[in-house]
Formats: sequence, C-alpha cells, structure tokens
Amino acid sequence: MTEEIIIAGFGGQGVLSMGKIMCYSGIVQGQEVMWMPSYGPEMRGGTANVTVIISDERISSPIINEFDTAIILNQQSMDKFESMVKPGGTLIYDSNGITRHPERKDINIYLVEAAAEAAKMETTKTFNMIILGGFLKIKPIVKMENVIAGLKKSLPERYHHMIPVNEKAVKRGTEIVQEVQILN
Amino acid sequence: MKELRLMKGNEAIAEAAIRAGVDGYFGYPITPQSEVLEYLMHERPEKRTGMVVLQAESEVAAINMVYGGSGAGKMVMTSSSSPGISLKQEGITYLAGAELPCMILNVVRAGPGLGTIQPAQSDYFQSVKGGGHGDYKLIVLAPASVQEMYNFVELSFDLAFKYRTPVLILSDGAIGQMMEKVEIGEQKVRLTDAQVKERCPWATTGKDANRERNIITSLDLDPNKQEIFNQKLQAKYKVIEENEVRFEEIQTEDAEYLFIAYGTSSRICQKSIQLAREKGIKVGLLRPITLFPYPSKRLLELSKQVKGILTVEMSAGQMIEDVKLAVECSVPVEHFGRMGGIIPSPGEVVEALEQKFL
Repeated sequence: MTEEIIIAGFGGQGVLSMGKIMCYSGIVQGQEVMWMPSYGPEMRGGTANVTVIISDERISSPIINEFDTAIILNQQSMDKFESMVKPGGTLIYDSNGITRHPERKDINIYLVEAAAEAAKMETTKTFNMIILGGFLKIKPIVKMENVIAGLKKSLPERYHHMIPVNEKAVKRGTEIVQEVQILN
Repeated sequence: MKELRLMKGNEAIAEAAIRAGVDGYFGYPITPQSEVLEYLMHERPEKRTGMVVLQAESEVAAINMVYGGSGAGKMVMTSSSSPGISLKQEGITYLAGAELPCMILNVVRAGPGLGTIQPAQSDYFQSVKGGGHGDYKLIVLAPASVQEMYNFVELSFDLAFKYRTPVLILSDGAIGQMMEKVEIGEQKVRLTDAQVKERCPWATTGKDANRERNIITSLDLDPNKQEIFNQKLQAKYKVIEENEVRFEEIQTEDAEYLFIAYGTSSRICQKSIQLAREKGIKVGLLRPITLFPYPSKRLLELSKQVKGILTVEMSAGQMIEDVKLAVECSVPVEHFGRMGGIIPSPGEVVEALEQKFL
C-alpha cells in the first residue's frame, strides 16, 4: 500500500498539522511516512500545502506529479491541484469559499462541509480533524485508534485535554462526508 | 524497540548532534536551515549534555569559533545554507590547512548570489572541488533521507577525527524541510578532557611537561616544508579515496540505462525508475553517498553494462563532470536538471531519459 496525498488550503486551517497527524498515525502502525511542506514566501501570501506519503515500503520521491488523493480547502488550491489527481483518484473538498466546484469526470469526488460543522463544535479549530475524519472514512489507511495515538504524539502535552474534542471531530467527519461523484 | 520520531531533516541533524556528544555548535540563521539552530536552542543542550550552542554574530565568526573549538580537540560543528557557506569558505580552507576535524552542514538553496530559499544542488563544485583556496578536499556526505541526516552526524565526526579533516554534509532545502520517520540512537556521553587529550595528542589542550607545545596553524612560510605538508595532505586524500567510498545501487542488476543522482534527486530518480520500468525501459540508479571520495571505480564497471547514463541534478550540471571522468568516455553521458529552486518531477526525468537516449 502506498497513498500519495496533497493537502492544500489557507495557512491557519491546520493543513500542515493534519499531515503530521496522518504521519504519526502511520508511524504508530509501523509504516513509512513522508511530510513535505511548501515552504517559503508563498506561505506568507496565504496558501499552504503539504505532500504526505504513507507506505508499507521505502518512500521514493517527495515530489510527485500525480496524487492518489487531493484534499482541497480553498479555491486557489482547487485551481492548482484538481488537475494533479491521478485518473481514478480521489478529491475531497470543503465548499466553503469555493466558487468553482471540481469538474473532472475521471475521479471520485467527495464533499466534507467541515467549516460549517466546525462552527457547531466547541472550537472551530477542529476544522482539520473533521476533514481528516472524512478522508479516513473514504481511505481507511490508518486505524482510528492509531489516529488518537498520533494526536497524542503530535500535540504538546499542554493541549492533551483537547484530544477528546478532536476525536469527536474526526468521528463527525466520518459521518458527514458526502459522495459527489463516484466512478463505477 | 528504538525510539521513533517524526522529524524535519534539520531537526534530525540537531538531535543527532546532541546525542552524538558534540561539544559545540556555532551558527547563524538562514533559510532553509534555521531549524538546526532553533531546535538546538529549544532543546537546551547545555542542560542535557553540557553542549555549547551559540548564535554567532556572523557566519565568518561561527566558522572561526569552529576552528578554535576544533583546535582544542573538541567535537564542534556549524551549519548554514549556500550564501552563508560561501562566507565560511576562508575558515574552511584554514580548517583543512590546519588539519582540524569538524562537521559543516550545507542545506543548499538556489543561487548564485542570494538566489532563492528553495532547494538546489548547485553547490557541488564548491563542495568537492575546494570552495576555498589551496589544494584541499573535504569529505563530502550526501544524505537522501531524514534518517541519513541523523546518521551522518556521527559518521561525520568519526571520519573527521579518523583523518583529521573537516567533513561536509551536503544536503538541500527539501531534505532539510521534509519530515520522515527517524530512529533515534542512544545518548552518548561527551568526552572528558582526559579522553580528548588521548584522542587528539595534537590539540591545544594545555602543554604537559613531557611534550613540546602543540601549534595549530595553516601557515608555513618555508616552501620546502609547505610542499612536504601538501604532499602529506594529498597522501591522506588518497587513503580516504581508497577506504571511504560509499554509494547505493538500486535496480542496476539488469539496467540498460543508468541514473546518477545524489540527495533529493536520487529520491526522484527512484520514482522515475518505477515509471520507466512500467514503460519497459530498464533503468537503474547509482546514488553516490560520498561525493568526495567519488564512487568512480564502480561507475566505470557499470558503464560497461549500460547504453547511456543520465545525471540528474538540481543544477546546470556539475556532478556530470565527475561522471564523465569516471567512465572515460566509454558511454554517452547526458545531464538533466532544473535550476533556481525548482525540483524536477519524476515524470520529467523519464521524459529526459527517453528524449536523450531512446
């Protein structure tokens, strides 16, 4: 199993930390992981993205042309990454702020209304965990118990009291993910 | 079971330095390697092991602090990125000239000049051909993963003290910034003064009554003595070339074409191999781990079995010169690379291979 993922959105949405939690979860279950952020001046312009690879084998290139899954959280990222999903691959997005919805006919498309859902939770900072839940429902590459273990490892101890609310957010994500377009 | 952590390459270097029992780090911040200094400052190694971590007033000051620490037989290091490494070159040639062991990390960004902060491999010439003046070499290690960033710290110091020479770790912004799983080693205890004296009888550790004073210098105004010293240095480099060549081969057994790439480019090539083989092109990879000494001998052997060699570098083509020298014109050698902080994609590399040889 090798899953090559791009997570892209605004800085502050928790794009990079979502990637880290995926990686920690992969480590907990004995897999190889790679996390490659966009770094540099573009971060200050507002967009942030990270490539995450989780695999049972040694990971080759950190830079890839095509992704198994794109998790897209703003319009700029939709414009940039929709075309980079492998044919037959998966695109997951939140419609908040999206003016042009995905148009590809050769990929599976899912919607997770995480921004709207996060507004109903104790803290809107759970946004990225709701998205993660949606992703894991579709691609259960890491087990839920390992995600919680991954959360414990990636969160500093002073935030460990936030783990239950994050766990709840992940579960909520699994419940609200909607199919938009499924290939046969 | 050993401890596993998710770390950036820059953080792995810093943690490895503390664990290896390094005595001192002297540096100055620059993207994309600032996490080395940041991590060290955050970890408070002066409490963990007594290691000194100092942000110097400039790169020039930092490398000369390394000179001082190394002259006293201590395990010392510095790190920077390309423009900062250029500033350190005077110090580096002095270190080589005074035969001082130390570790220098270059997390390469694109040049020339201030260039940009994105990854590149355009400091190959500077690293292996002598970035400063005079006939000297550095042992140059090229990590291709975060684990290798970690592992090469201890290896660097082993080699540096074995041969009394500066060792350069030539990394790049991608390996510095990306996170991977790292297996963390045991904490080593820093050497005592007595152990330093035993390991470095040449160091300025305080003169004992039973020996002459030790002098650390790269200056000898007598040309006859200076030539003898140069011959000694060259003999040392020869021994290093015989004993310390390191490389990795991937799918070379049946290869009809060969990629040569180090660091980040070698990771890209591994994916390109997979893509090319899906198209029926039998290609393999020779990844030099030491850039000096260079795996020329093995390269010459492999050149007899392949129809063409493509070097893949994030530069205008620098290592290709060493590849051409190694294969003695026995097979066509071409270069593919991107510059200015662009990382080539695996697909582009396959296209280049097809375009140049098929």
